[in-house]
Amino acid sequence: MVYGPHTPESREQMLAALDLDSVDRLFDDIPEAVHASGLDLPGPLPELTLSREMTALAARNRTDLVSFLGAGVYQHHIPAAVDSVLSRGEFYTAYTPYQPEISQGTLQTIYEYQSLVAELVGLPVVSASHYDGAAATAEAALMTVRATRRDRVLISRALHRHYVETAHTYFAAGTRELEELPTLRDGTTDLAALEAALADTDRPVAGVILGQPNVFGLLEPMAEAAELAHAAGALLVAVVEPVSLSVLAPPGEYGADIAAGDGQPLGIAPAFGGPHLGLLACGQRLLRQIPGRLVGRTEDLEGRRAFVMTLRAREQDIRRDKAASNICTNQALCALAATAYLATLGPHGLHDVAAAGAAAAQRLESALAKAGIERIHDAPYLNEFAIRVTDASAVHVRLLESGVLAGLELSRWYPDDPELADALLVCATELTTDEDIDRLVEGLGEAGA
Amino acid sequence: MDLPETLRYSKDHEWLRTEHGEAVVGITAWAADELGDVVFVELPEIGRKLGQDETFGVIESVKTASDLFAPVAGEVIAVNDALGGDPEMVNSEPYEGGWMVRLRLDDAAAADELLDVAAYRELIGG
Repeated sequence: MVYGPHTPESREQMLAALDLDSVDRLFDDIPEAVHASGLDLPGPLPELTLSREMTALAARNRTDLVSFLGAGVYQHHIPAAVDSVLSRGEFYTAYTPYQPEISQGTLQTIYEYQSLVAELVGLPVVSASHYDGAAATAEAALMTVRATRRDRVLISRALHRHYVETAHTYFAAGTRELEELPTLRDGTTDLAALEAALADTDRPVAGVILGQPNVFGLLEPMAEAAELAHAAGALLVAVVEPVSLSVLAPPGEYGADIAAGDGQPLGIAPAFGGPHLGLLACGQRLLRQIPGRLVGRTEDLEGRRAFVMTLRAREQDIRRDKAASNICTNQALCALAATAYLATLGPHGLHDVAAAGAAAAQRLESALAKAGIERIHDAPYLNEFAIRVTDASAVHVRLLESGVLAGLELSRWYPDDPELADALLVCATELTTDEDIDRLVEGLGEAGA
Repeated sequence: MDLPETLRYSKDHEWLRTEHGEAVVGITAWAADELGDVVFVELPEIGRKLGQDETFGVIESVKTASDLFAPVAGEVIAVNDALGGDPEMVNSEPYEGGWMVRLRLDDAAAADELLDVAAYRELIGG
């Protein structure tokens, strides 16, 4: 099979029909400065040589580290059944099919994904998935703008920085505004500042976006934020970590209108930042505002159970410039991983994962406190928190040399905040052992932290 | 094709029935047939002022979603909330239960500029 779609002859024919002398003329309207300069690739290698080279490159990965790094990507045990389901040939594609009803198995997995996520977040409408938590959050922000016909969105500075930056990119063009809400000393979002921002009736607010837990691992006062937002006619977007929802209140319970988040913790291995899974859910009222596809269950002419693409009329291939989003693809394979993970663990298993992570984090906090290393923030946390050390960068490097990944240096994300100048964000999951904790604490001691 | 003699029609396949400076607007049986089974109609807020040809809502069928256009300028004074539960009335009774909005016309004579049934029948080819 030939994968290249065009032959030199067909190119010539098309150019002749267009009355052009070269393909480059088609790109004349694009400024020279942004033209791709070609790929700088080394020459071809024999398979054996290439295989040795790639193996040597792969050996440079540090897969031996004891890791306390979370910050939006969380390491969990993935049951073997998940990979076994994923690698079946029938499912092994990243895409939802464009003639969907012929692929009943794929539609069924998306339907089950939607049903499981709906149960987790406590909201009835779940899209077939998006790229990642950042994209889902930005789409949620745009949903609030469309639903309220207002164009000002408030986003907590204590939300994952990549999500905030992605939302800024979505809001960079046009008349929409994105404002960051400050945090209190305890690390949670400043609700007095939220109330003041909502009170500006000349610039009515469409949506308020908070993380639960927030970027510092802390629990935000979500119910109070929902009440303030609703009183001003704005919507609340809760950006959640899905495993935590087995022990924390679901967004639907505290009045969130939209839930967004990254589904990576649900059976997707941390791998250089991707691929991930964007979770997006809302109440019935916002059904027509949610981008992406919805799969539903029905019956065929003979009364047999069947799955259909229930809602896709607002997508780009149909609505063009009026589509709900200019991204109308999903992460079907990652959504399948999440579905298989949730189905394998069940509600009790997921609760055990979250509870074990929280218990490990408490042991981590006690061990650090005994060594004289304190948390920075006072607000309650679930399985991740920030600590203050002496010279975070040097400590981080020293520990890495001894095989311990000591979390995230928060100054990388908050370079102008003196409070966080020597902060490390550390996390524990059900994989964190007491020996791991001892190694971190000892390493910090030796590094003079 | 059911096209009542007493109505006025737009090129965007809306019908309009005028009564005392007000107008009731819906889509024609031809448009409803083209769309297929209607599953949702998004209607405007009461009080919204619409210019001629301005988009006032969206109609969604199992296969597509299309804008709804105001055939004449006016203020929205009522919307057909019953379509929320029974959007299929747009297919089954497009000129009665399937109406969409009631407008107070900016210019009571504006409707006269629209197509009559013969002109609309010609537009849709028969």
